[in-house]
Amino acid sequence: MTYIPPLKTLAFGGVALLVASPAMAEKMTVSYTIPRMTVAEYHRPYTAIWIEDAAGKAVATLNVSYDVDLKGEDGRKWLTDLRGWWRKAGRSTTMPAQGISGPTQAPGTHRVTLTNGRKPLGTLKAGAYKLRVEAAREVGGREMVTIPFSWSGKGSLNLSAKGKSELGAVSLSIKP
Amino acid sequence: MSIKRKLSGLALLVPLITMAATPADAHRRWLLPSSTVLSGESELVTVDAAASNELFIFEHRGLGLNDLIVTGPDGKTAKTEIIGSGKYRSSFDLPLTQQGTYRIALVNNGLMGVYKLGEERKRWRGSLSELATAIPAEATDVEISQVASRTETFATLGEPTLTALTPTNIGLELIPITHPNDLVAGEPAQFKFLLDGKPAAGIEIEWVEGGSRYRDTAGDSKLTTDANGMVEVLAPQAGMYYLEASSSSDNVADPKIQSNRASYTAVLEFLPL
Repeated sequence: MTYIPPLKTLAFGGVALLVASPAMAEKMTVSYTIPRMTVAEYHRPYTAIWIEDAAGKAVATLNVSYDVDLKGEDGRKWLTDLRGWWRKAGRSTTMPAQGISGPTQAPGTHRVTLTNGRKPLGTLKAGAYKLRVEAAREVGGREMVTIPFSWSGKGSLNLSAKGKSELGAVSLSIKP
Repeated sequence: MSIKRKLSGLALLVPLITMAATPADAHRRWLLPSSTVLSGESELVTVDAAASNELFIFEHRGLGLNDLIVTGPDGKTAKTEIIGSGKYRSSFDLPLTQQGTYRIALVNNGLMGVYKLGEERKRWRGSLSELATAIPAEATDVEISQVASRTETFATLGEPTLTALTPTNIGLELIPITHPNDLVAGEPAQFKFLLDGKPAAGIEIEWVEGGSRYRDTAGDSKLTTDANGMVEVLAPQAGMYYLEASSSSDNVADPKIQSNRASYTAVLEFLPL
């Protein structure tokens, strides 16, 4: 049984938290475009977004889109098609994962917003990183777009890259 | 060319040597899995077992599955469903019910012998306990070999694990430095070879890319394990690769046994990065 404190205590707790945390945590926004395709058989791609450190080690998986509720089948079967993510992070991550995984997305531009210091991003220490966005489509192809960035620990950032086949524009922004 | 194949040229002169650790022909023996890197709660790998020259083409014969041993991620024997054997290949399904790495192997360990009864040449296969009674007392030119052959491949559901890869310390075995289900084209992979549990130094390794039908060259390279039994392989392109190692020695402690021969083959999948 979880202890539920009276309302008054909760409110005080909230205020205390606000005061204790740094003025404002940075917001990170990753935007990616799934291109519209004219193909005989189209399935929305599986996608993964993650961050690697300078050594190439995955530090955080930010978002994974896959067939989360496929009828009669386990949609996780095709997570290995996201080959880059699977090797770096996927195989050691339990899916579905709250705040990370969700259903596949339609063609168009999608945004994932994260807060520094909070899950799933965690605290991004100053350093060199790579943002990776990967897409793999059933009876289609696979593509991974990389945005290298360095983070000083504060300030803002605006970077972009472009995919050739399974991904369109990809952008990364960090705002104070 | 492996030791085994070189020696087959001497077959007429030295009959014993034609009885290599693997059956007498020099065809490559392989287990080809449908997938090696899998995800989800449970999955299934279907495997073809064949001997052939071309890789990985069904053109010679299917391998018997009586010696099939699959070790699951928990280190225990995993269940397989035998589909059957055709002329050119045998097939079985392996349900993956646990997360981790499965070691799929055809293992044959035992003794082989040749002897003469009068002018007639005889062959024998069996175990050490049978040896005493297997060869007639009047037999001449008796030569007994201890043979160990292992034909392997690997499949992993979820994260690669090591339990199934614990060495049995019998014959030639591949010990992962790089995990055999964490292989990527362009990244060198390192393995250590053991012979009867000890580092197998100076062992010749044949390394061949699959798809041999679709090129003009054999596409094989020869590598040798170092003093610690280590070897490094590289797959320039993604795909299924074949590895073969063999060893032969006349230095056997048991006076009843004249030679000790071991062979190892594996199919390894390298994925594109």
